[in-house]
Amino acid sequence: MIFIRTILLIVVLGFNIQNSFAELNIEITKGIESATPLAIVPFGSDSAPVDVSGVVNADLERSGYFKMLDEQAMPNQPSTASAINFKEWQGLGQNYMVIGQVLSTGPGQYSVQFQLFDVYKSSQILGYKMSSSSADLRKAAHYISDLIFEKLTGKKGVFGGRIAYVTSNVQRVHQVQVADADGYNPQTIASSIEPLMSPAWSPDGKKLAYVSFERKAAAIYIQTLSSGERVKVAEFPGINGAPSWSPDGTRLALTLSKDGSPDIYVLNLSSRGLTKLSKSMAIDTEPSWSPDGNSVVFTSNRGGNPQIYIVSSQGGQEKRLTFSGSYNASASFSPDGRNLVMVQGNGNNYSIAVMDMGSHAVNAITSGPNDESPSFAPNGSMILYASKKGRVGFLSAVSLDGRMQQKLVLNSGEVRDPSWAP
Amino acid sequence: MKLNKTLLAFAIGAVLLTACTDDEKDASLTDGSQNATSGINDASTNGIGNSTGINGLGLSGNGDYASSLGPEFNDPNSPLSKRTIYFMLDSSEVMPDFIPVINAHAQYLVANPSQKITLEGNTDERGAPEYNIALGEQRAKSVAGMMKIQGVSESQVNIVSYGEEKPAAFGNDESAWEKNRRTEIVYLPK
Repeated sequence: MIFIRTILLIVVLGFNIQNSFAELNIEITKGIESATPLAIVPFGSDSAPVDVSGVVNADLERSGYFKMLDEQAMPNQPSTASAINFKEWQGLGQNYMVIGQVLSTGPGQYSVQFQLFDVYKSSQILGYKMSSSSADLRKAAHYISDLIFEKLTGKKGVFGGRIAYVTSNVQRVHQVQVADADGYNPQTIASSIEPLMSPAWSPDGKKLAYVSFERKAAAIYIQTLSSGERVKVAEFPGINGAPSWSPDGTRLALTLSKDGSPDIYVLNLSSRGLTKLSKSMAIDTEPSWSPDGNSVVFTSNRGGNPQIYIVSSQGGQEKRLTFSGSYNASASFSPDGRNLVMVQGNGNNYSIAVMDMGSHAVNAITSGPNDESPSFAPNGSMILYASKKGRVGFLSAVSLDGRMQQKLVLNSGEVRDPSWAP
Repeated sequence: MKLNKTLLAFAIGAVLLTACTDDEKDASLTDGSQNATSGINDASTNGIGNSTGINGLGLSGNGDYASSLGPEFNDPNSPLSKRTIYFMLDSSEVMPDFIPVINAHAQYLVANPSQKITLEGNTDERGAPEYNIALGEQRAKSVAGMMKIQGVSESQVNIVSYGEEKPAAFGNDESAWEKNRRTEIVYLPK
């Protein structure tokens, strides 16, 4: 009787979690053919409210690097190393496998452990044990995904990361939200019936700068996520837009039109002093810093249509970077500074393109037709961007080489202006 | 509300191959406490007493105020009844058809110097949102410039650009886009 009640509780909890937190759903739209076979054996668990191995499986699957073994195809579900018959898993063509356990250690407390094995060598290559409150089990699962991903690909995982984005619904309520990288746990940071735009993470991930029209004119705010405290940092006549943090977090590049045409400025956040970086009579906007803090790229139509330019963050000569196509905008650097991602317009088609900063060669990595607002993941391997189809706006992520693509769909309304936390 | 207790990671037995520093643990597992949304919700509700932005059609909330100014604002034969100026793709040049409309509003404003307006610049959905904010401002400024030549005072004209954020029509085709590339002339209550 007690046993049955426990099972019921798990089912009910699982159901609630699905419905109250999964506001963004992820679909994989394009995977890598040569993905590595990987089996995540469902973890042994007595009463955990989160399907930890299920979260790990979903994370690694949507990375596009792995071909996951379906649970139904598993010969058995070992949860200890001694219970594994590696020959069986070799026979299934699995390169790697993961087993684990989630065990209750007290009220609301769990011990989570996992082991990653090289199936052909029949040997363990990674193993961790951690304790977690029930509220942190998803976080623990993402951490496990990050560890496995880094071990197997050599690249830092981004499953434990967060994203910020703007939603709007049919009542035109706009919200800045922050969620886990898989769309779970969305938190509303700001809400207004006037537009909200361009959320930008501080380099330490603790603050967001964003544009709000809540007073029927544009203003830029900086909000501390943990306390909700916010400070208005720009409310000049005209445009106050496109905030971008300097890598050291002390300055904000932004667009102001207080002196006529929109220009790029740098705002010192402690002295509140303003330095003007771009001086054309045309549109200059969308500043973004190079990772070393020495340069700022921006969009300007001074040559007749929008193109990407670069200028020293101290000011100086402005140099044009893009020469192909009639519309290049929204540029930002990869974390290693070697690539620049941008929106490239061609007739009615707007797609995401990447420029190699060494050769200046530009490659389209999405097909459009309505892709915008690209933002690099902190590991530099994925790019998050916004798309529109009909009245539905959704987020997508694409690998730097364009081979892997996934879609994050909000259950209702539109989602745009995404930004991956550093 | 404190959601997170630090997760402690430690090796299983002697087989552990990768070490994890304290810093890594903290970064991966203990941040994410952004549960506070109250600060801004309060601020924004205070800031938005009236609800103009909600209906996105050419005649927004304040459009009703213009229609109370006189019969000519509602007479389809009067240029004052037209309060939306449309633009070509990626252009902020006023098309000849709309010059009489802008002139009529300018004359009304010269005759009523205490009347103020907001010119709201807008674009279609294509391209970069922040670039579109700049383009929308140019569209509003084109209209403002023509009005000022007619003698409308600087203090009568307020400019705001919403870029692609307040579409008048939804859709991914030219019929929607052309309705969205516009400057709205919004009369403000005195």
